[in-house]
Amino acid sequence: MELNILTLCYLIGSVTFILGLKMLSNPATARKGNLIAAAGMIIAILGTIFLYEEHGQKLGNYGWIFGGIAIGTVIGFLSAKKVKMTAMPEMVSMFNGMGGACAMLISIVEFNHLVHAYPASELPVGTVLIILLGLIIGSVSFAGSMIAWGKLNGKVKDFSFTGQHIFNIILLLVIVGLAVYLVGWPSDNANIIFYAILALSLLYGVFFVFPIGGADMPVVISLLNSFTGVAAACGGFLYDNKVMLTGGILVGAAGTLLTMLMCKAMNRSLTNVLIGSFGGGSKAGPAGDKEQGSYKEISLSDTAVVMSYASRVYIVPGYGLAVAQAQHACHELEKLLEAKGVDVKYAIHPVAGRMPGHMNVLLAEADVSYEKLLEMEQANDEFPNTDVVLILGANDVVNPAAKTDPSSPIYGMPILDVELAKNVVVNKRSMKPGYAGIENDLFFQPKTSMLFGDAKKVLQDLIAEIKNL
Amino acid sequence: MDNILSWITVNQQIIYIVILMIFVGIEVIGRVPSVLHTPLMSGANAIHGVVIIGAIIVMGKAESDNYLALVLGFIAVIVGTLNVVGGFVVTDRMLEMFKKKKK
Repeated sequence: MELNILTLCYLIGSVTFILGLKMLSNPATARKGNLIAAAGMIIAILGTIFLYEEHGQKLGNYGWIFGGIAIGTVIGFLSAKKVKMTAMPEMVSMFNGMGGACAMLISIVEFNHLVHAYPASELPVGTVLIILLGLIIGSVSFAGSMIAWGKLNGKVKDFSFTGQHIFNIILLLVIVGLAVYLVGWPSDNANIIFYAILALSLLYGVFFVFPIGGADMPVVISLLNSFTGVAAACGGFLYDNKVMLTGGILVGAAGTLLTMLMCKAMNRSLTNVLIGSFGGGSKAGPAGDKEQGSYKEISLSDTAVVMSYASRVYIVPGYGLAVAQAQHACHELEKLLEAKGVDVKYAIHPVAGRMPGHMNVLLAEADVSYEKLLEMEQANDEFPNTDVVLILGANDVVNPAAKTDPSSPIYGMPILDVELAKNVVVNKRSMKPGYAGIENDLFFQPKTSMLFGDAKKVLQDLIAEIKNL
Repeated sequence: MDNILSWITVNQQIIYIVILMIFVGIEVIGRVPSVLHTPLMSGANAIHGVVIIGAIIVMGKAESDNYLALVLGFIAVIVGTLNVVGGFVVTDRMLEMFKKKKK
């Protein structure tokens, strides 16, 4: 009876996960979808605690279980509530790493059970294989997510050395080799090999993310997210637990597709990202030495005039907007210009910021209406009819080198063709290159004017200027 | 060869689930507008927190003298809960903002 109820709990859990993801795909139902998935999760967790039994034996150690859940809930709830919108990407990366760590720890404990229960030569091959898969994927995801987290909040710098790609591939081969050896030829050394695999997987996770920078970070987080999904599914295999299996595979499949969509947006192959070549070894090269000419600055009052008398203005937000927390000021500027009869829209590059949709979340926080956010293709069609493009802290996503310079590391990435517009005003803090570390020819074009300063401050001053006109 | 075939027969249920879920995952996400990518990623992140069920099982069946299982299981429950609670709360916060401007 109780086991049947547990089965029902898991069934409800699986259905809510699918339903939740589906509802998340529509802005009108998204929030409800998230809550439904959360409710399903609670049912599945409570069911496991009170109804699960193995060989007729119920679970024990309730004190430890509830203690752990209480600690995790308090920390998770507080950090999720407190985190600033700009720090959202690294928070997701952090939570993702926690899931990976969980899968890793489960594998360690289960392997330990196994070597105590069976003599080395009789280890059940299938179970060992699943445990190893969970261990490797979980620990790569954990270590990688932690590095991604550190990179996004600036604690970890990009780091690479010559031959890193080959080093990474060899490392991966060694891990796979050891795993095959452990499964195929189990010996009394099983324990040592197991921990060697654990250590190497953690190392691989670190070196996997270390050299990757700039525009690739969103792809990496999404990929690690799907890794953790697969690691969770391994747990489902191990315990013959359907809700873990469905939830894990669902996220693994969805995450992989999302990753590939992002790769496509940047015109790069997944293998290329996996080996970790971007931003590493190939430094920007001679692009910086090229004759750049000079750039011209524009004053706040001139910007105010140009924008007020334009009929159509596009705003291109980037990471600089997020750093300066300028989304509210940005929305205010938009309302002010709209009141003057200017048509204001936002052009959103798929990888602007540090995460896909990063800009959308920020602007949504400032109450910018959903219809005003145009995706890259739509925006590119509109730029020729646009009077002023205001770029707020975006750089690589508007760099024409992606189209014209085959030696540039971002060559081939689709960009926002802001140069088609009549005027371009670029707000940046300085002339320093963007996250990918390459010069941007756009800034030196005759159409372009530079407006230096912190995005929030500049926008507030600009609003004041426009009001005074 | 016989081994593999019989393994497939024994585990056919699970294999069916895996294959069907892959299609469901791809279908479900295929219609997501790019503006919802971050909340979606965050929501998916919370869902794979279901791995916590494994942690609860590990913890719940750990013998009281098996300190490795007790300690690691305990940490696993904590980090798993972090993943679930943090994931859903962060996603809700992101979506709250989307909802507000819907009027």
